[in-house]
Amino acid sequence: MPQLLLELLSEEIPARMQGQGARDLERMAREALAKEGFLPEALKTFAGPRRLTLVVEGLPAAQPDRHEESKGPRVGAPDAAIDGFLRKTGLSREQLTERDGVYFAHVHKPGRATPDIVAGMVEQIIRTFPWPKSMVSGTSKLRWVRPLKRILCVFDGEVVPFAVDGVESGDITEGHRFMGSRQPFKARDFDQYQDGLARNFVVLDAEERKERILDAARTLCFARNFELVPDEGLLDEVAGLAEWPTPVMGAMDPAFLDLPPEVIRTSMRVHQRFFAVRDPATGFLVPHFVTVANIEAKDGGTTIARGNAKVLTARLSDARYFWNEDLRIPLEDRLEKLKGVTFHAKLGTMYERAERIAALAGELAPFVRDDAETRAKAMQAARLAKADLVSGMVGEFPELQGIMGGYYADKQGLDPEVVDAVRHHYKPQGPADDVPVQAVAATVALADKLDTLIGFFGIDEKPTGSRDPYALRRAAIGVIRILLQTRARLPLSRFASVDLLAFFADRLKVQLREEGQRHDLVDAVFALGDDDIVRIVSRVNHLDRLLGSEDGANLLAGYKRAVNILRSEEKKGPLPTGAPAELESSPPEELGLIARLGHVEIEVGKALEREDFEGAMRELAKLREPVDAFFDKVLVNSNVAAERDNRLRLLAGVRDVMGRVADFSQVTG
Amino acid sequence: MSDKPLSFQGLFLKLNDYWSRQGCTIVQAYDVEVGAGTLSPMTVLRALGPKPWRVAYVQPSRRPADGRYGENPNRLHQHHQYQVILKPNPPNLQELYLGSLEAIGIDPLLHDLRFVEDDWENPTVGAWGLGWEVWCDGMEITQYTYFQQVGGLDVFPVAGELTYGLERLALYLQNKESVYDLAYNEEFSYGDIFLANEQQFSAFELEVADVSVFKRQFEEMEREVPRILQARGRQGQQLVLPAYDHVLKASHLFNIMDARGAIAVAERQSYIGRIRDLCKQCAEAWVAQQAEAA
Repeated sequence: MPQLLLELLSEEIPARMQGQGARDLERMAREALAKEGFLPEALKTFAGPRRLTLVVEGLPAAQPDRHEESKGPRVGAPDAAIDGFLRKTGLSREQLTERDGVYFAHVHKPGRATPDIVAGMVEQIIRTFPWPKSMVSGTSKLRWVRPLKRILCVFDGEVVPFAVDGVESGDITEGHRFMGSRQPFKARDFDQYQDGLARNFVVLDAEERKERILDAARTLCFARNFELVPDEGLLDEVAGLAEWPTPVMGAMDPAFLDLPPEVIRTSMRVHQRFFAVRDPATGFLVPHFVTVANIEAKDGGTTIARGNAKVLTARLSDARYFWNEDLRIPLEDRLEKLKGVTFHAKLGTMYERAERIAALAGELAPFVRDDAETRAKAMQAARLAKADLVSGMVGEFPELQGIMGGYYADKQGLDPEVVDAVRHHYKPQGPADDVPVQAVAATVALADKLDTLIGFFGIDEKPTGSRDPYALRRAAIGVIRILLQTRARLPLSRFASVDLLAFFADRLKVQLREEGQRHDLVDAVFALGDDDIVRIVSRVNHLDRLLGSEDGANLLAGYKRAVNILRSEEKKGPLPTGAPAELESSPPEELGLIARLGHVEIEVGKALEREDFEGAMRELAKLREPVDAFFDKVLVNSNVAAERDNRLRLLAGVRDVMGRVADFSQVTG
Repeated sequence: MSDKPLSFQGLFLKLNDYWSRQGCTIVQAYDVEVGAGTLSPMTVLRALGPKPWRVAYVQPSRRPADGRYGENPNRLHQHHQYQVILKPNPPNLQELYLGSLEAIGIDPLLHDLRFVEDDWENPTVGAWGLGWEVWCDGMEITQYTYFQQVGGLDVFPVAGELTYGLERLALYLQNKESVYDLAYNEEFSYGDIFLANEQQFSAFELEVADVSVFKRQFEEMEREVPRILQARGRQGQQLVLPAYDHVLKASHLFNIMDARGAIAVAERQSYIGRIRDLCKQCAEAWVAQQAEAA
């Protein structure tokens, strides 16, 4: 079956937009074709520095004819209604048919030729393409990501003729800007197209470009016993910057290696899009880099390597200038400047924020490690933690915030725990990031995030749906992860409002669910209103273990039965209160449960006091057998009121003792 | 590359020659301090309105915060930009641009030329456009922009702007490490001509400049722009050009205060907004004047 090939050739498309561009083209083409009744056998798109390409396999030469019957007004309806229907269908009154007193129109729609449909579809795609940013150029009003140069559109070996704002479709494309023939060439199908591009130094597929880069870069490193420092994001970007990506290794002045490695790597990545290179044995950077050129240069890349090295030298000289200048001013002396940096219009300056974090760190420290030294160090680190925001280096590389503060604190000779805390206080910044566990660092990291959360909740800037501009979800998860890792027993309600507590509960649920924990168990524990994350998680884990055991599963069934009985009795009137008693008439199963319950109540109380949830669960498990026996042999709804009341008291006792460990009514199954 | 690389002077002469052959009018640098060639009225104002316009010029550009006392081989308080405006941009502007690189001796099969996304904006003049930084072997040698807005007004027909960093290009072509070692021409080095300039202005702009004086002058400029725009010339026209000069002066005063560290981060936006408002008044007056003249 025929093939459709479309290429939209433009001036250079930003690397970061190419992947989404290919996905959007695929989606739009698929939807547009489906709307016309086409279900192609295969549809694939490609994106590169200068082109978006679509190839569709297995389209028919034309749509099948369509016969449509549409229902109209009833016979004898007002003329206006009938005329309206005639206008809509394009028929005359004689052409309508009658059935059961209603007019029907039969319209035969011959299928349109596929090229006609394709022409309309492509124009529609171009005019509505969702580029994140688009532009006009020259005297044309046509919007595209950068000026659109050519449209290649071929169906079944023939050009699909159309024009969009003066850009005419054809069967011509171009290869690499500088390599190959530098002449436009013809392509009437995908094989010709791909061959032509390959002959003219264009790798069409982004994945293939990435492989090419990695293979060649690794080979360059391997030859010198180095190792490429992997960087997925950078690889994606450079694969979008070159049609014929060709890694070249360059050398840098080793004198720069005394700068912090984060500075070197960031400068290489952000400014130059270089890969860093390290010694596989030590992990230390070596004075080399890999850049990805767009040509195979006449001189083998010597000029390119030299030029890039020169630029890197200039960049690193500048970094060294910032480094030296920054080291002249102690962090303490930078605090004043934070007064000029707004954190948020309603939440004051960075100076005020640092003061708040320091005070908060003082309150939090005893929960993390209860000694005066930890508290003092945490408060010191918290005050200094934001000072690097007004340093030259962080001005140049915002992503080095915290890291630079750590270096400056260290060079100033501050206590290593303070240094560590300044450096790591933004952590964890995402699920893959590690958590500061050392007491001072953990305290400051907690204070940083809690201040953010308290502040934004205080001014009612809570996340809604997918909108979370201040990354409050990440901050809350950060707090949870730090508490769990350090086992810090923090009563969150002392710091958080009711709203914020509920937000923590939600985040914890999400977090536990992502770790594979049952959602209902989290609810069962949360219903108790606890505000200590460590205790909550411990309860959830032990509850999970209990319910996983046979005793636990049966006990849950017994619990549900007890609760159902209590609930239906409650509708008839108030339940009897007080403890169950051993009645003359009590059968042995009732007596057995009363005795066991009394024992379990005491033991559960003791275990909970010790926060020994495992012990508490173990005690609950002991109820299983007498509860089962009780339901087996004893009728709760006795005709004798005293017996009935006593048994209801007994069931309420079971419910209540279990309720002290978790809200079992929230547990499903 | 030819055997003997172009001198600094040879470089802009070659560009003048190339772009004048492409139909550009060659004008001289604007005589009010500007931070970039874009800010010259030859670009900011002339980009607006319906009239076609092709111009090229060298513009000394002052960036007080980049002053390094003549001690850094690459950073300068004042560098030179080569500015080209083609309005409407011809469809083959990229090819014309690449042609200019070949004209100054950059062989695209020896050097790695790349168009890297850079969405240019200049908030002080309310201007933005889409385009690229052009890289030569990893060095940004040109800012290439299709102007979409200037002074907060749509630019149509679209003007294509090319801004070459002349010092960087020369460093590259002459294979020198320090700008001060560049051959300005056969007789002088770049340092002979500009080192004292860098040393003195860095000290002035980073240490000596009296912020209170600059602040007062800034406020004066701010008052002057609307006053000038209210006045009328002999032919009954608004005095857009002198008013715009005062916007440029305000912008430069702001840059010096900024370099002195006298502008708190929170104040920055407000200052930039004030300059943008002044610029917008001039841009609107200019467009109105163009419409009347048409």
